[in-house]
Amino acid sequence: MMGFDLTGWKAVFRREFKSYFASPLGYIFIVIFLLASGYLMVSRDFGRFLELRQASLDPLFDYFPWLFVVLVPAVAMRLWAEERKSGTVELLLTLPVTLAGTYVGKFLAGWSFLGLSIFLTWPAVLQVMRLGDPDWGAILCGYFGSLLAAGAFLAVGMLFSAASKNQVVAFILAVSASIVFLLLGLPETQETIGSYLGGFAEQIVQSLSMVDHFDVLKRGLLELRAVLFFVIFTLVWLVGGMLVLQRTKTA
Amino acid sequence: MSQEQGSPDVLIRVNSLSKSYGAIRAVDSISFEVRKGDVLAFLGPNGAGKTTAMKMITGFLEPDHGTVELCGHNVQEHPIQTRRNLGYLPENAPAYGDMTPRGFLEFIGEARGVADTPSAIDRVVEMTNLSEVMSQPIETLSKGFKRRVGLAQALIHDPAVLILDEPTDGLDPNQKAMVQDLLSSLSSDRCIVLSTHILDEAERIANRAVILSGGRILVDSTPTELMARAGQHNSVRVVFEDAVPSDILEAVQSEDWCSAASVDGTALLVEPVAGANVVNDLLNTINSFHARVADVQLTEGRLDDLFREITKGVAA
Repeated sequence: MMGFDLTGWKAVFRREFKSYFASPLGYIFIVIFLLASGYLMVSRDFGRFLELRQASLDPLFDYFPWLFVVLVPAVAMRLWAEERKSGTVELLLTLPVTLAGTYVGKFLAGWSFLGLSIFLTWPAVLQVMRLGDPDWGAILCGYFGSLLAAGAFLAVGMLFSAASKNQVVAFILAVSASIVFLLLGLPETQETIGSYLGGFAEQIVQSLSMVDHFDVLKRGLLELRAVLFFVIFTLVWLVGGMLVLQRTKTA
Repeated sequence: MSQEQGSPDVLIRVNSLSKSYGAIRAVDSISFEVRKGDVLAFLGPNGAGKTTAMKMITGFLEPDHGTVELCGHNVQEHPIQTRRNLGYLPENAPAYGDMTPRGFLEFIGEARGVADTPSAIDRVVEMTNLSEVMSQPIETLSKGFKRRVGLAQALIHDPAVLILDEPTDGLDPNQKAMVQDLLSSLSSDRCIVLSTHILDEAERIANRAVILSGGRILVDSTPTELMARAGQHNSVRVVFEDAVPSDILEAVQSEDWCSAASVDGTALLVEPVAGANVVNDLLNTINSFHARVADVQLTEGRLDDLFREITKGVAA
């Protein structure tokens, strides 16, 4: 019985969030994320923040999805694979909590951790303020969109963590799936698909592209369609992951 | 709408429970009841279905057929309600290795909705003698401490039903005795189901012994009764000061209470019929020969022997 009874999510959330800081993993992740996003933002080959001298965070936001593709699966991979490997899943799922509650609790813990990492890029905002008068709507929307995109990738990664006992396998599958969703956003991909399968297929691909929806938010447009895309995308992967876990928990 | 049936003392009711993995019937239509105060020991070789049966009783594993009721409620239909009454130590006592016992028990207490977690932790820490390791990561603890952390989490909410999969596995003899004493002291106002390889353990703490093999219940009895059924039960070894008098063996063998007798050096070995106590009869017979007896030993039946005997046919 799965249902949407979320009994127990809070205790699971708290334990899981703390566990990111119980090992070096959490700290290493944050350091790598900040170094990588900072490098991509200012590098002459990528963000060219220093050359452009514009009061915009686009050079930062542009590369978030590409960072998430590799880094979010690293946050997601342990969430279920480790529980199943060590046998604690048996303990967890015989507590008076629901499977949905534990799944959502873990998701929110991972998402909060990613949110914290994203929040720690705030010095970039200070830098933008020194350069001029930034578009605060675009910055807030950009951060909001980054958070939504991180959650979407996390939901993808969690499903593969529920599917495999092996963290490395879960990581590789999650990165592969995430790349597919990111590549759907490249104009080259969309044109190729359009030329083979017609304009309708191209439109479908476009509507499934994370980058397209992320770009809308990044520009400061709080479009309902873009927000709904991320919310529905995330929910579908979460429910899918719960169904997978229901089948794999005893294996 | 009450689901309570029969005696309120029945805490676990298992009804024709079955589970297959592919072509293998891990658990094959087992039924039994466990009452308040009972300590039931699952005995059986590896792969007998003990762990699978326990996983289904806890509700973790869904049975193919049959039902399990804990405290009057079906575990599949009322998972949250039944799990509140359940303390479970899974096989190998899994725990989150990066947490300390204190953090781990706090998490379990919170997830279980224990009203006063700090005092509940104090209580189980004292019961399981964990106080010296409360601030060390669980992954750095010895096997014995890990097992006791697992026991502590199973006890934190003072549950009516305790399911323990090999609770003393990997413990040294002192720790084993400690856990066995703890379980004995806990059994009065709840029921305990445990699995074990150690037959002496069942003898020490259980009042019921269920022998499983090939997923079926072969024997559902008491350890005492099982011992009586064991072949060597109440066999007598009489050691003589000198050699065994030549005619005694024949005389004893002709008695109707004797099922077998043999001579081993200066000792006479006698196996009684149906596990009866024949020491007096035997000594009377020996007295008539005016032989001098140095020592008389009475051997209790060994579950090991019975266990081998019962499970032999199934394994073949």
